[in-house]
Amino acid sequence: MKRSRNIAAGILVLVFTVSLLAGVIAPSPYAAQFRDFISAPASHRFWLGTDELGRDRWSRLLYGTRISLLLAPAAALLSTCMAVVIGGVAGYAGGWCDRVIRQVIDLFLSIPWLFLFLIVRAILPLNASPLTSVIVTFTIMGLVGWAPAARIIRAGAQSLRHSDLVLHARACGCRGLRLILVHIAPALRPVILAQFWIAIPTFILGEASLGLIGLGVADPLPSWGNLLRELTNPQAVTGNPWILAPLAVLVVVVSCFQLLLPEREFVS
Amino acid sequence: MKRLVATFAVTAASLLAQWGGELRFCLRSDPKTFNPLLVDDEASETVRYLTGGVLIRVNRLTQKLEPELATSWKISRQGRAIAFQLRRGLSFSDGTPFTAEDVAYTMHALMDPALHSPTGDSFRSAPGDVETTVQAPDRITIVFPAPVAGLDRLFDQVAILSSRSPKKEAATLGPFVVTHYTPGTDLVLERNPRYWKTDAGGRRLPYLDRIHLDIQQNREIELLRFTRGEVHLINTIDAELFSRLVKQDPAMAQDAGPSLESEMMWFNQNPSAPLPDYEKAWFRSQNFRRALSSAINRADICRIVYYGHAQPAAGPISPANRFWFNAALKPHAFDPKDALARLQRDGFRFENGALRDRDGHLVEFSLITNSGNQAREHMAAMIQQDLAAIGIKLNIVTLDFRSLIERITQTFRYEACLLGFTNYDLDPSSQMNVWLSSAENHQWYPNQKIPATPWEAEIDRLMHAQAAAVDTTKRKSDFDKVQEIVSDQAPFLYLVTKDSLSAVSPKLRNVQPAMIRPETYWNAEYLALAPAQLARSAR
Amino acid sequence: MWIRRIFRHLAAFVITILIAGLLGATLVRFGPGFESDEQELDPRLNAHSVQALRQSHAAEQHLPAFYIHYLGHMIQGDLGVSRSLERPVTELLSERAPVTLRLMLYGIASGWLLGLALAVPAVLVRAPAYDLASTALSGVFLCVPTAVVALALFFANGPVRFAIGLLIFPKVFRYARNVLADAYTQPHVLAARARGLSPASIFFRQVSLWAAPQLLTLAGVSIGIAFGAAIPIEVLCDFPGIGQLAWTAALARDLPVLVSLTILVAVFTQIANAASDLAVSVCTRERA
Repeated sequence: MKRSRNIAAGILVLVFTVSLLAGVIAPSPYAAQFRDFISAPASHRFWLGTDELGRDRWSRLLYGTRISLLLAPAAALLSTCMAVVIGGVAGYAGGWCDRVIRQVIDLFLSIPWLFLFLIVRAILPLNASPLTSVIVTFTIMGLVGWAPAARIIRAGAQSLRHSDLVLHARACGCRGLRLILVHIAPALRPVILAQFWIAIPTFILGEASLGLIGLGVADPLPSWGNLLRELTNPQAVTGNPWILAPLAVLVVVVSCFQLLLPEREFVS
Repeated sequence: MKRLVATFAVTAASLLAQWGGELRFCLRSDPKTFNPLLVDDEASETVRYLTGGVLIRVNRLTQKLEPELATSWKISRQGRAIAFQLRRGLSFSDGTPFTAEDVAYTMHALMDPALHSPTGDSFRSAPGDVETTVQAPDRITIVFPAPVAGLDRLFDQVAILSSRSPKKEAATLGPFVVTHYTPGTDLVLERNPRYWKTDAGGRRLPYLDRIHLDIQQNREIELLRFTRGEVHLINTIDAELFSRLVKQDPAMAQDAGPSLESEMMWFNQNPSAPLPDYEKAWFRSQNFRRALSSAINRADICRIVYYGHAQPAAGPISPANRFWFNAALKPHAFDPKDALARLQRDGFRFENGALRDRDGHLVEFSLITNSGNQAREHMAAMIQQDLAAIGIKLNIVTLDFRSLIERITQTFRYEACLLGFTNYDLDPSSQMNVWLSSAENHQWYPNQKIPATPWEAEIDRLMHAQAAAVDTTKRKSDFDKVQEIVSDQAPFLYLVTKDSLSAVSPKLRNVQPAMIRPETYWNAEYLALAPAQLARSAR
Repeated sequence: MWIRRIFRHLAAFVITILIAGLLGATLVRFGPGFESDEQELDPRLNAHSVQALRQSHAAEQHLPAFYIHYLGHMIQGDLGVSRSLERPVTELLSERAPVTLRLMLYGIASGWLLGLALAVPAVLVRAPAYDLASTALSGVFLCVPTAVVALALFFANGPVRFAIGLLIFPKVFRYARNVLADAYTQPHVLAARARGLSPASIFFRQVSLWAAPQLLTLAGVSIGIAFGAAIPIEVLCDFPGIGQLAWTAALARDLPVLVSLTILVAVFTQIANAASDLAVSVCTRERA
């Protein structure tokens, strides 16, 4: 188990450094259009081929990784933390507090959030840099994405309410938010981490679809999300397997995160 | 023996191909209306075309007018009045006879100002009511409040309704009738047994028994279903999918040459727009607009975004519009040096790879376009790179269509916009609301109280003059001048004219793709399917 | 006592629905593009008709008035008329609901079956190879965009109705595996193992009961996830369901349809969550 953890750490460090050094490593700028090499297959010059505008896919993958690898986990962390605090308070406090929070969660689950993003796009100036708009996008996704997880964490916290663990902590004078964060949250670690893992790819894909309404990463800046949009042509994939590279990197990174922070200790 | 059987089967197939069968193709959305007077979207237009009977039809191939329900017509009073001689003895699909009363009823309904019909509005050059005089059951004169340019052509869009049928709009005079509609799924049209037209051999048209229209938004799936043989034609297909089809089966891919659709971009010249003054000054400068136009590599766009199925555009009229196209105009040539020279004339400086204006402001602006249109997104990315070469930073923002429309028609919070333009009609009078400076669709600066520039005043004058003239050569020369001014001033930067692309199954006979809508099924009454079993055994 | 509790629950239920509807309406009303129409770009229309087009939604511009009017009619079973499709909303919903319900039913059932079928062995067998393989498989489906899954199934002539299942199963798998594995570390389970109870009896009588509340809550939440996934699938594959309706309505800023859908989703979410809460409390009592 320890060895696989080391390998995972190694891979993550490698991916991080390579993407941070994209400016040095990438054979060409992410926006450069090689107009004589449209949709070229993988070759010595273009390791992963070129896209429909003749841009080097390998360079775009390097630059795209940089943005997504930093922002998606950050947004996932934000939404998970909110879920822990809100779900934890509801489950632990019970009573009217629990009822109100439960209704708020249900409310959050049923509102058409797409329009919030449209409103934000209308408020944001058109010349806002792609980076600003993508940070805004990820922040809002983090802020509205906590509801499903909060419900599950609430259920967990509620079942812990009368457990020996919590009774013991309360006897020692630990109360309120401190009790939730120090005692209840660690006990719910598996659920919380599962939420975190699921949120990362969900947000990366969410960013891609929001790119379509003018939020998120705009051309020519690449992100995992808009690189994955290339997959929507299933026939192209059969001819050019290298289109799958962003998906492969994403799967590897998410799996490595998961191996690195173990969700449980098996007792044999 | 085997060969003998095969030969026999082929002959039988070509004989039997002349009748029967069910044609299947896809609509991109539900028809918004079944009332032919209110049609404004493509799906409703398809239904109107296939079910409605019109007095005059524009032959999509020759672009000439052909008698349909009217056997002859005559325009008089400087284009204010038109007299029709109607065909006798026809009846609607439900058996109600067709008379001049129906034409009068249709025209009054269409021109009702409260209806706000796009078709009706194209007849309305001045306020006032339409007058109809029925001289005989087969003769009628229609008088409009003011002269209407290209009057007879407009009747191509007017499907005649029955004034007496209890079935209202459902009683039609066209080759097909709507028999079944499942919203969101499909639409079935059966042949109209009372359709009046016969073929050269005296056989009653249409040949097809039925047209089955599936509602299918996704074009990838539409193409897949076409290659599987589940649908027989794709009326308009995107260049990217078309190029894929060419590789798969070139015989089914049909490129009918330039269409009436072009892509263009423009700058916001509205003085009330919430933009900094120096930016407004850029956009109002002819040199700036022409410089940007010559900095864009149109040939590359045609080759890469449209896979060669487009050509650089010179102006508002496509070469497909044979009569009105001004052949003297050439697309602005790709010439970054010329672009920089023009910019220098306006005091712009190109330093360290960046362009600054006279006061040192960095030239940076945003280009909005609608989301979900891949060709447009690619085109924007190519323009971005072309402009970067002369030091301009272009920010691309894709917006959903309604947000985009709000910006370009109401809030004016945008700098430049990339959109497509479809001509509904060959006649330039249909573009009145684009060219008049006081009009709503004068996109770069709509609703002007008085023309903002001398050249816009000149366009106003020429457009009014051509609309008032009866003589088509005079109209043509006026409109040629409009095209020249537009090309010279470049309020719209015309980028490409797309080819009219379609996919047609070899089973479908008598198809003659044209560049005017509806490209492949404009002669729907003559289309026929090769019977399936025979076609298979013939192979 | 009982009556008071039921009344309190009902009141919360109704208030949440009313707030959801109002918030939904507010977002749509103040979102950009509410007062514009694609038809405005038709050059044939004259200024008068364009003005009329913009005025045609005047009734919806004053939001509180619209909402009160809407609620008044809703009580009589009338949800208004769709702005874009020009048909009564009740008709649209009743036509399309079966399509979406079937899609969601197939999706949720197959997603949970697949997710649990992968998670239970992962916990029972604890072979690193199996763990890695199942993690990778669920990881792939977690990272593939919905559109790609749906289109790939369509192109492969596969059953598109199971697409939602492929999107739900990774989530079920992750939660279920973690919760079940956690259950095996609980003192009472360890005690049971020490007493030498059979693995099956431990799994069904101790582990499942311990994990049930959180899994049942997830079941409630997965209905929401399934509906979210139904939207792109129905849009891409042209299923005439509620998801497709929601998308076209959003693009057309169709206020009556969007408010009705928000309220419908609010009702469903609350019922699903109330049901899962009830099941949880039954389980907890059992456990105690």
